[in-house]
Amino acid sequence: MDIVLALKEALESLNANKMRAGLTILGIVIGVAAVIAMLAVGAGAQDTILGSISGIGTNLLFVFQGNTQEDVRNEQPLTMNDVNAMSDVFQAPHVQSVAPMVYGNTTVTYGGETASPEIYGVTSEFAVVSNYNMIEGSFISDENVNGRASVVLLGPDVADKLFGRRTLITGETVRVDGQPFRVIGILESKGGGSFGSQDNVIIVPITTARVRLLDRDRDQVDLVYVQAMDAESVPAASEEVAQILRSRHRTEVGLDDFTIYTQEDILSVAGTITSVLTIFLGGIAAISLLVGGIGIMNIMLVSVTERTREIGLRKALGARKADILLQFLTESSLLSLFGGLIGIIVGWLIAMAIGKIATASGTPFNPSVGINAILLATIFSTAVGLFFGIYPANRAANLEPVEALRYE
Amino acid sequence: MSKKGKAIVAKDLTKVYQMGEVQVHALCGVSIEIKHGEVVAIMGPSGSGKSTLMNIIGCLDRPTSGEYYLDGELVSGMNDDQLALVRNRKVGFVFQNFNLLSRSSALLNVELPLRYAGQRERQRERAVVALEAVGLADRMDHKPMELSGGQQQRVALARAIINDPAIILADEPTGNLDSKSGKEILSLLLDMNKKKGTTLIIVTHDPGIAEETERVIRLYDGQVVDS
Repeated sequence: MDIVLALKEALESLNANKMRAGLTILGIVIGVAAVIAMLAVGAGAQDTILGSISGIGTNLLFVFQGNTQEDVRNEQPLTMNDVNAMSDVFQAPHVQSVAPMVYGNTTVTYGGETASPEIYGVTSEFAVVSNYNMIEGSFISDENVNGRASVVLLGPDVADKLFGRRTLITGETVRVDGQPFRVIGILESKGGGSFGSQDNVIIVPITTARVRLLDRDRDQVDLVYVQAMDAESVPAASEEVAQILRSRHRTEVGLDDFTIYTQEDILSVAGTITSVLTIFLGGIAAISLLVGGIGIMNIMLVSVTERTREIGLRKALGARKADILLQFLTESSLLSLFGGLIGIIVGWLIAMAIGKIATASGTPFNPSVGINAILLATIFSTAVGLFFGIYPANRAANLEPVEALRYE
Repeated sequence: MSKKGKAIVAKDLTKVYQMGEVQVHALCGVSIEIKHGEVVAIMGPSGSGKSTLMNIIGCLDRPTSGEYYLDGELVSGMNDDQLALVRNRKVGFVFQNFNLLSRSSALLNVELPLRYAGQRERQRERAVVALEAVGLADRMDHKPMELSGGQQQRVALARAIINDPAIILADEPTGNLDSKSGKEILSLLLDMNKKKGTTLIIVTHDPGIAEETERVIRLYDGQVVDS
């Protein structure tokens, strides 16, 4: 008996027990939908997180105070002198630009509206290393920094919150932490942020931030952005910066009292974390697919018992073992294939809904259903159907025709 | 004793069932010969080994010992798949309770043996011809539930003859029918034997049927007492 006929007969038989077939399919639908949705959410989270890390800038190193691996005694803070040394083209030929930063949280008010953004205190170099563009106005200038000017750049989210618009704001005065600051520009949106939004920020001159807003020592720097000349010079730049800091902090012997992350480091760590998360979520979802498979086995066993006489008759009419085996395997595979196809659609819908809810609640997030996930789910669910169908089909194929015909 | 030219040659068939500790001898050395075109009734009280003999003749079961030739072929040593092939090609079954697939139309039921024979060409036409031969030309698309008992047995009859078998094996073919339909089925069976010369073996309790056949094989306690 060929496969076309087998498919036709399997469809007829499933059609005869619509309710039962439907419920069995539902088990697979739930399993596959869960797998697809979880993989999509995992992939979406990965895209968002990696995108936001890449979005910070290109070929960047981040230099923090302190050693994250081990305790260091007498740890020295990063200072403007360290920053100036890193900018020295002779000491650090692979470094293109260096942007020191202090950061924290603050509140901004205008009229009756209040926003709670992150605050970055930066120098004019920050415009180069970060990927911020301006909708209007201009970036913090060296004069602003030197003069400790009370000027501020608003991120798009802050502008939305306070003014309900993103243009024609320059020149207004807002209160940052209660003190009046003149708005000199509005930042363009950078889109998806994972560690809070990169759009919910305000930027002020580093000197102003230290003294008037964040209470830092003179010359203190929380974080240094170092941009290498190009992607190939990132390791060299990292080594140069480390040498400069070791000699300046007199820690040539012993442990570093600073930590350098490259963007790649952060990307690979974040990539690993999100992959593990995806596998974990997918694994849990796969359990429900397994349960669906057991459902198929159960219903196929019932079906074999119910149709014992039919099997006996078919054998009497000349069906070989292989024919009966094919008939029942086709049925169980069809069940799981239908379940898989519907499950892909349902899973996709769930993933989209999760994306919409996340976006609505402020975290832009696009779950992506990859062709890999679809192939995986289809193959896996059909394999589940085949695997759990083998035992019942084998039982049917090995029935003795005499016994089967006599079965009541 | 020539094997050619005989529909059935059985030599010294025995069948022993193991029921727990006890061995049950269902057949104890049965030897029969049936010529092509013969009409034979197999009779005997229940427990006489009649069903066992029928299963062996129909290639549904193998004898414990002895040789069995169907249409000149030695069947008793065959494996399951070879037996399936022989059943498909050489035996047409008619059962007491019809044994039709309830989901399928009469036409599909009749086609079923052709599907397993792997003959795809002219399947439909052959099934139509077979149904016409049993007088059901106007009921082809009906499902078994929509047919009377007599009509269902006719569908089964059409299914039995579709592969042009060497023998038709009918197990109490009229047992579930009223006497009128029973007579019709019996006369259809006899008719086929006359027209096509198909060997007809009827297993029955009914002495009325046995009267219509040329020959009666009587079994008692697993042995042939009269043939």
